[in-house]
Amino acid sequence: MTNEQIIGMPVPRKEGRDKVTGRAQYIDDISMPGMLHGATVRSSIARGKILKISYGSGIAWDEFVIVCASDIPGKNCVALIADDQPCLAEGVVNHPEEPILLLAHPNRHLLRKAVEAVSIEYAPLPPVFTIEKSESQAEIIWGTDNTFKKYCVEKGEVDDLWDKAAHIVEGEYSTGAQEQLYIENNGVIASFDRERGVTVWGSLQCPYYVHKALMRLCSLPEEKVRVVQTETGGAFGGKEEYPSIIAGHAALLAMKSGKPVKIVYDRMEDMTATTKRHPSRTRHRTAVDKHGKILGGEIEFVVDGGAYLTLSPVVLSRGTIHAGGPYHWPSIRISGKAVATNTPPHGAFRGFGAPQSLFAMERHMDRIAAVVGISPVEIRRRNFLKTGQTTATEQTIHEPIDLEQLLERGLTLMDYRVRKNRFREQNRSATHKKGIGIAAFLHGAGFTGSGERYLASVVGMQGLADGRVRILVSSTEFGQGTKTVLSQIAAETLGIPYADVEIAQPDTEQVPNSGPTVASRTVMVVGKLVQSAAKGVLQTLKASGLLPEQYSRDEFRDACARYVAEHGEFKSWVRYEAPPGIFWDDEKYRGEAYAAYAWAVYLAEVTVDLTTYSVTVDDFVALQEVGKVLHPVLARGQITGGVAQGIGYALYEKVVWQNGRMQNGQMTNYIMPTSADLPSIRVYFEELGNVHGAFGAKGIGELPMDGPAPAIVNAIEDALGIGFDVIPLLPEDIFQAITARRPANDAAGVQ
Amino acid sequence: MRNLGAQPEITLTVNGEEKMVRAYPMERLLDVLRHQLGLTGAKEGCGEGECGSCSVLMDGALVNSCLVPVLQAQGAKITTIEGLAQGPLLHQLQQAFLDCGGAQCGICTPGIIMAACHLLARTTRPTREQINQGLSGNLCRCTGYTQICEAVAQAAAQGRAE
Repeated sequence: MTNEQIIGMPVPRKEGRDKVTGRAQYIDDISMPGMLHGATVRSSIARGKILKISYGSGIAWDEFVIVCASDIPGKNCVALIADDQPCLAEGVVNHPEEPILLLAHPNRHLLRKAVEAVSIEYAPLPPVFTIEKSESQAEIIWGTDNTFKKYCVEKGEVDDLWDKAAHIVEGEYSTGAQEQLYIENNGVIASFDRERGVTVWGSLQCPYYVHKALMRLCSLPEEKVRVVQTETGGAFGGKEEYPSIIAGHAALLAMKSGKPVKIVYDRMEDMTATTKRHPSRTRHRTAVDKHGKILGGEIEFVVDGGAYLTLSPVVLSRGTIHAGGPYHWPSIRISGKAVATNTPPHGAFRGFGAPQSLFAMERHMDRIAAVVGISPVEIRRRNFLKTGQTTATEQTIHEPIDLEQLLERGLTLMDYRVRKNRFREQNRSATHKKGIGIAAFLHGAGFTGSGERYLASVVGMQGLADGRVRILVSSTEFGQGTKTVLSQIAAETLGIPYADVEIAQPDTEQVPNSGPTVASRTVMVVGKLVQSAAKGVLQTLKASGLLPEQYSRDEFRDACARYVAEHGEFKSWVRYEAPPGIFWDDEKYRGEAYAAYAWAVYLAEVTVDLTTYSVTVDDFVALQEVGKVLHPVLARGQITGGVAQGIGYALYEKVVWQNGRMQNGQMTNYIMPTSADLPSIRVYFEELGNVHGAFGAKGIGELPMDGPAPAIVNAIEDALGIGFDVIPLLPEDIFQAITARRPANDAAGVQ
Repeated sequence: MRNLGAQPEITLTVNGEEKMVRAYPMERLLDVLRHQLGLTGAKEGCGEGECGSCSVLMDGALVNSCLVPVLQAQGAKITTIEGLAQGPLLHQLQQAFLDCGGAQCGICTPGIIMAACHLLARTTRPTREQINQGLSGNLCRCTGYTQICEAVAQAAAQGRAE
């Protein structure tokens, strides 16, 4: 092969021109002849029985298509892990904004009035809104004990280590819900005809999740359900499971009306009715020797799953496994639990449980450091996991990792020691107090445990008549660069120009199931399969005598075109096979939790303004080891974007709940960072080898969500000498903590 | 269809071409652009002027087209994202967004590029601070703004070189 390097180069984004010219077609940019618009009538209460539905006067109801639960041809559920969530409420509601009725009309302006004209009488039941109340089981709202799932990870003897400890350090940490806030709201168009069945086009991450849900809901065979992803304006997990609901709704309206139906949420509906990051509570109890070495500990991690099970068991799983951070625990017991409350179900959001438990771990490390009397740097250095040691699930880390070196480089990049000394001096008299915080963490790539084996993803590659190739995957592009990076992998493997590789738009009629686009698995797992499929193409062409061992680009084109001309079709398929030696025990939660981990050390420098109590992040260093960086611009963009979301998670983004409903479901009052709020985020990569992914790549997308919040809150403690254990941390929280600390006569002076 | 009042004729110049539309006076400029003129580059992200995804230039001013009643656009010169590239030749801001990673999911990109256009029309040598302020009315959830800011700086530098 005589190929210039494509891997590691900043090739242009495949769909980039369409995006910068405004030509890219998102779901709301698409219209179909005779299309109706759909809307959803939702529950106004958190929990209760539906007594009566009435249709108010002043609306020409005969012009509307109306769908309720009894119109569902198949099973009334959103098929995912369990079947507990109805597609439309039937008799009872379990959270505010739960869908009850669907309406469709050609004029979308009339729909809003019609939705308002439907009145529903309820017999309310006592709702549950907090983890504590759910745990108390005073009211049973789900199953027999309000518990969706429990895990226990156990390593070594935890019970007899407390006597040996020089220090026992305890802490409790909480994180709030967070809205994904993709700029494009959820939306789909569905059509139906008897011959072809249901087709759904939509803004979504996982075409085959929607496909599965529609088969169950509409009682249609595989071949009569087709799901096509349209250009997707951000997702971040928020379009992992939710599209199955909105697609189901549009499909039901299309089946009943016989017309195409578009449902696109407005911002408030999207924010109040769809999923958010799980709120969490983590309790730590850690035994430490006098040098600050961790002897062992207990971690209790609980997430609030909302009203239905949805993805909570899997979110819990990842959060539980990551709860011990990148440290060596000679013994540890981590118990994880997902509980039910009467809020809309919480769901997938970048990081998927790990940002929650890692926030707790990294805040707790600073607490341990303070108790032992050593620095946040030293406590981490003394406990970092090393190659050859085992994680909490007793997975031996075989890959070369050097967290100490990552930390040292991070400190140098931040000019840590010099700045710390300067701040200590300046802070004495300043009204703007500055501090630096550190977070060290890891993120496992791919599905947890045996997940990838069960998924058994399939990838295809098609030779085209003009000698180029097309990648066939259901992996979706929603900003991360899926199309670009998978094309790079194919081009590099085949030894052909990047421009000679195209990638099919995910469409269940055209592409195999390469698994969901989640869990930082696309580059590492799907990328490796693309590489294998490309090798299959080469093998076929060589075996057929059309391609010599050494070949030029033109020779490849000719060979591929000739093969297609002679055989009609040229496709190469590969299916995922677990690497040998991977062991995972689903019962005991022990073994190789992830094929590979990315490792990172983040440092944040903050200023706390003691006049406004606001915090600004002045400098941010994000240093990580993600294996080979396949595309430097896209990889950096993943980190800067994730860090920005992490800064929002820590300092800005507060979901205000009232009776289980989000009260601030607007961009005006749910505040995400703007360009004026963020520092320039400095991104650095270490590139060590990795055997699992294509060309040595590991997962990258979720990692940057994990570190910013603890780094920032640690920095705030460094600045103020006050520790905070709850995020989001808003100016009013800082104000309260500072005023609570003031001597009594100060407070008296105010009176 | 019900009678929702009169739909007067409104004339406006969009991307250099004169257009006549019939619309309710309080109809949003965004809807007229998208539904009547087929210009779907401007996006609706929030419908209340917070996200900036529907940004267009109206007589040189940067506006959220979701907040502009079309009546106000009578006689105005509107520039949308579709009006920037000249055939296959991208505007230097569009090229810079491609080169620097300024566009990820792309939904905010048309609005942000219009905001950047507006900024560069007033400030040919913007500092980083000025870029951040100039784009602070446009929300992007993907990039963390770092590469957007770099793209604008690159386009500004090229603009000076030309």
